[in-house]
Amino acid sequence: MAKELKLMKGNEAIAEAAIRSGCDGYFGYPITPQSEVMEHLMVEKPWETTGMVVLQAESETSSINMVYGGAGAGKKVMTSSSSPGISLMQEGLTYLAGAELPSLVVNVVRGGPGLGTIQPSQADYFQAVKGGGHGDYQMYVLAPASVQEMYDFVFKGWEIAFKYRNPVMILSDGAIGQVMEKLYVGDYVPRWTEEEVRKFAPWASMGKPADRDHNIITSLELDSAKQEKHNHKLQAKYREMEEKEVLFETINCEDAEYIFVAYGSSARIAQKAIQLGREKGIKVGLLRPITLFPFPKKQVAEFSKKVKGMLAVEMSAGQMVEDVRLAAEFRCPVEHFGRYGGIIPTPHEVLEALEEKIIKG
Amino acid sequence: MFNPDIIKPENLVYKRTDVLTQAVMHYCPGCGHGTTHRIIAEVIEEMGIQDKAICVAPVGCSVLAYNYFNVDSLGAAHGRAPAIATAIQRLYPDRYTFTYQGDGDLAAIGTAETIHACNRGENIVIVFINNGIYGMTGGQMAPTTLIGMKTATSPYGRTVELNGYPLQITELLAELPGTYYVTRQSVQTAAAVRKTKKAIRQAFENQKNKKGTSFVEVVSNCNSGWKMTPVQANKWMEENMFVKYPIGDIKVDGQKVK
Repeated sequence: MAKELKLMKGNEAIAEAAIRSGCDGYFGYPITPQSEVMEHLMVEKPWETTGMVVLQAESETSSINMVYGGAGAGKKVMTSSSSPGISLMQEGLTYLAGAELPSLVVNVVRGGPGLGTIQPSQADYFQAVKGGGHGDYQMYVLAPASVQEMYDFVFKGWEIAFKYRNPVMILSDGAIGQVMEKLYVGDYVPRWTEEEVRKFAPWASMGKPADRDHNIITSLELDSAKQEKHNHKLQAKYREMEEKEVLFETINCEDAEYIFVAYGSSARIAQKAIQLGREKGIKVGLLRPITLFPFPKKQVAEFSKKVKGMLAVEMSAGQMVEDVRLAAEFRCPVEHFGRYGGIIPTPHEVLEALEEKIIKG
Repeated sequence: MFNPDIIKPENLVYKRTDVLTQAVMHYCPGCGHGTTHRIIAEVIEEMGIQDKAICVAPVGCSVLAYNYFNVDSLGAAHGRAPAIATAIQRLYPDRYTFTYQGDGDLAAIGTAETIHACNRGENIVIVFINNGIYGMTGGQMAPTTLIGMKTATSPYGRTVELNGYPLQITELLAELPGTYYVTRQSVQTAAAVRKTKKAIRQAFENQKNKKGTSFVEVVSNCNSGWKMTPVQANKWMEENMFVKYPIGDIKVDGQKVK
C-alpha cells in the first residue's frame, strides 16, 4: 500500500481515515474539542469523490440515531463527539448494542462532570467501558495515543464492528484530538457496493428482495426467555472479544520493578516519566492498554506476580485503576495518580507519585 | 353463508396484500392501526416497491409494526424514527423509507427529530397516527390530548393551567419549507379509508419524485384508552377530535391550502 506523509490534528486524522476507509456516512454535531472532525469532512466534500454522506444533525441524540439507521441498513457509518455529547448518545449506544449494529463512535474526551471544561480528560472511562447506557452490554473500546493511531483505529474499528456486529468506540481525549503530528495515510479503500453490503451484512434492512424474508432490526424481545437467550449470545460475543481481541503495548518492562499502567495521553506522559525515573536509577516500565474493553487483564496479572508495585496514571479521579486492581488481585500494591478537570499531569508529577505512593509507600 | 364453489382464482376481485405478513395483529378491535397498516401495504404493492420500501417503526402501540409489514424494517428508539429514516434515505436515495409513529413518539419525545427532518426536507414519508393518548403504556396524556379529556395522568381532565395546550404539530410542520405535502385524514369510514389511501399514495409518489418530506396524519380512535366501544369512540372522535384536528389537506405541492 502506498504511504503518504501528512501533518494533521488528531481530529482531522479521524476524518481523513473515514474518507479513506470506505466509510459510507458521518453524522455529527459540533462540540469542542472535536469539531475539526466534521469541519475537515465538510471541507473535503467526500460526497463528490467517494460518495460518502456527511450530515450535521440537530443534536447528538439525532446523530447517533442516524448512525443506527445507516448501520441497520448495512452501511459503514460513524459519529464523533465529546463527553457531554456522548452522554446524550447513551440511549442510541445501548440500542446499537442490543440490535447488534456495527458502528463507530469517537469520543474526544473533555473534563466533566456536567458542562465541565473543554480541556483534555480521561474521566469517561467508566462510561465507555462499563456501559453508560442501560442493560448488559459492552462496546469494543480503542484508546489511541497518537495522531497515527487516531487514523489507524478507524480502520481497526470497522474490522471489529463488522466481525462482531457491535458498536466500537475510539476513546480519545482533547490532547490527542488537538495535537498536530505527522502520520502516514494509505490508499483509499473503496466503499462497499450494494452487492457487497448484501453479502457482508445479510441481516441488514436495505430493501427486501423477493427471495428472502423481511429483515428486522430491533433490540426488542418481549418474551423474557428469548431476551435472556439474546443476552447470552451478547455475553458470549464479549467473552470472545476478551479471548481474541485484546491489544496492548509494553515499554521498558523487561527489567522493570515498577509499572505504570496508562492509556492515551497519559501513556505519552508516562513514557517521559520512565526516562526521568531511569535517569535516577528507578527501573520502571509502561503497560499501555490499547483496548480498554477488552482490558489486558492477563498482562496486568502477569506483571503483578513480578513487580514491586503498579501506578495507574489517568486523567481522572481513579477509574481504570479499578480494572488494574481487579486483575492484580492484591499480588502487589496498585495505586492511582490522576489530575483531572482538564489538567494534564507533568512527567515529574507522575514520577513523584510513583516514588511517594509505591516506592516509599 | 359459505360457498366453497365460488372460491376460485377467476372469481377473485380483492385479496389481502402480500405486503402484510401472516402475523396476527395485536391491535385492539376497533383500532385504526390495522386499517392504516393495510392501506400503506396496499399502496406499496400497487406501486411495486416492496423491494425498495423500508419501514421505521416507533415505540408505542405500533412498536411491532415491523412484524406486520412484509418489508425490511427497523425498530426505532422512542421518537427517533425521523433521524433513522434520514440516514437510510440519504444512504439509499432510491429507496422508499417511511416512518410510522404515534402522537407521543412523534409530537412529544421526538419533536426535535420530527421538526428537523421535515425542515431539512428529507425525502421520506411520515405517517402519524394521532389518537390523543398513550395507548400502549395504559392510556396516559399525550401532547395531542384534548382539553378536558380524562387520561391516566390527567384523571380529572386535561387543563391548560397544568398541562398546556394540545399540540397541532401537523399545522406547525406545514409552515416549514422542507415539507412538500401535509395532510390530515382518518380511517373510521369506507369513504375516509379511500381518502387516506389516496393521500398515502400521493406521499409515496412525491417520494418517488424526490419532492421532500410528505407527512400524513391519521386521526384515529383509541377505544381502549378512551374507555368507549369502537362505535362510541368513532363518534366521539368525529365530534371532538375533528374539531381540534380538522380533516383535509394542509399543504399540497409545497403550497399551503387556503
